[in-house]
Amino acid sequence: MNMDVLNQVMAIVTHPFTLMIAFIVAIVGGVLLSVAYMTYAERKVLGAIQRRQGPMTVGPFGLLQPIADGIKLLSKETIIPSQANKGVFILAPVMLFALSLIAWSVIPFDKGWVLANINVGILYLFAVSSMGVYGVIMAGWASNSRYAFLGGLRSASQMVSYEVSMGLIIVTVLLCTGSLNLQEIVLADRPVWMQIWLFPMFIVFLVSILAETNRAPFDLPEGESEITGGFMVEYSSMTYAMFFLGEYANMILMSAMTTTLFLGGWLPPFGMDGLAFVPGMVWFSLKTAGILFFFIWSRGTLPRYRYDQLMRLGWKVFLPLTLVWVVATAGLLLTFDALPK
Amino acid sequence: MIIQGLAFLLFSGILSISALLVITARNPVHSVLWLVLAFFNSAGLFVLLGAEFIAFLMVIVYVGAVAVLFLFVVMMLEVDFVSLRQGAMQYVPVGLIVGGVLFAELVFMYGGLEIEAVNQAVTEVQNSQSIGLVLYTDYIFPFQVAGLILFVAMIGAIVLTHRTRPGVRRQNIAEQHNRKPEEAMEIRKVTTGTGA
Repeated sequence: MNMDVLNQVMAIVTHPFTLMIAFIVAIVGGVLLSVAYMTYAERKVLGAIQRRQGPMTVGPFGLLQPIADGIKLLSKETIIPSQANKGVFILAPVMLFALSLIAWSVIPFDKGWVLANINVGILYLFAVSSMGVYGVIMAGWASNSRYAFLGGLRSASQMVSYEVSMGLIIVTVLLCTGSLNLQEIVLADRPVWMQIWLFPMFIVFLVSILAETNRAPFDLPEGESEITGGFMVEYSSMTYAMFFLGEYANMILMSAMTTTLFLGGWLPPFGMDGLAFVPGMVWFSLKTAGILFFFIWSRGTLPRYRYDQLMRLGWKVFLPLTLVWVVATAGLLLTFDALPK
Repeated sequence: MIIQGLAFLLFSGILSISALLVITARNPVHSVLWLVLAFFNSAGLFVLLGAEFIAFLMVIVYVGAVAVLFLFVVMMLEVDFVSLRQGAMQYVPVGLIVGGVLFAELVFMYGGLEIEAVNQAVTEVQNSQSIGLVLYTDYIFPFQVAGLILFVAMIGAIVLTHRTRPGVRRQNIAEQHNRKPEEAMEIRKVTTGTGA
């Protein structure tokens, strides 16, 4: 009788559907925890850059600071401006946050550790990240405030501009790997010359993801010195927290995307097979963390771009460069018969 | 199979409702947002057909780029909705004729298509591969013509919107970079009480 119950429980636990739910919970929980400690890392690293200590009073080394901040945000009152377009005003942060989470379903954390192993994974990622602009533009419009509106417009044109060159960089990588499936992109055979050839695209991609996630030095949509906080200016409490979580989750997502496209995902670095005993998840996290450090580092080092400089960099420098690189890569692969079979 | 049927009903239901709301919504920005929902659900229908490549292209191109620009323009317009609404009924006959013609064409096309054959070809090889196999071989000429039309449209848009106005101060980046501190500023010793 007892064994019967146990078997039934085991059958439910090992059912594919239950495992899928567990995986989803693990991903969402992991992302939220990473976001919390990303803010902690950001404040510590910025502190070190500016010769300060960063958070250090809540918990040992200030480790409980993000949790305290979260509780503070949630316990505040949500203010909805009386002139705001209520439905869209509330929908905007929800959408931004939801989009930053659903994209994680195609990211391969380790060999076979992927929620949805779809054939067009990279297109899915690109589609979700291109929809992220709606949360910002809707927030800017629905707030019915000049500052928020300007922030929304800035963000929309910025994200659309940099998506173009990001798409072309992705095409370059796809030409070298011959698959739209993220796992196959990681596992694709990459000789050393190909890695050197793709390195400039890696740099351009890093700069583009800074612009795509509205981070310094391209954080003009927030631009607190001119438009006081941009599209988020009217948001408070839970709705603000969703923007915040969404923005940081997007940063981590973009880092994971760069890791998958350029840094070999869960594989040990520099093709060192002797290090394969370390779980792939560890390598994946370390590489992603490295790129996240780059995010913080550039925020602590570089002054903000002027808006026309930002547009010039996107359309007049990155777009021609990446376009030429796509054509040159195709020609190179065809000439040396190196196209992936 | 049941789940697929339910998903089809869900997608097509939301698609029809949001398409209806695009033309009935009072606020044009809401109209565009409903349009985005309609695009998104039609992408869902493509996924059900097994055409995931087209589905994601649909989301990237229409939702991610075209509708953003729509939204951009509509948000910037100061439209007086009351005066816009007043003469709207006189366009109904024309609208009905255009809609009727489009519907009739759709019905004829549906009658003429061999749907079974199309479905089979899609499921055998990978999506992107099967598109690539025919796009650059059998349909290379229409493909190139479509590209040419887009190219002409792009040049047209630039020509139409490009104005040369007198008295505009432009940034010359190379000139700015070549400036030296000696040309741009001078250092003066200012004595107290006299000023520069």
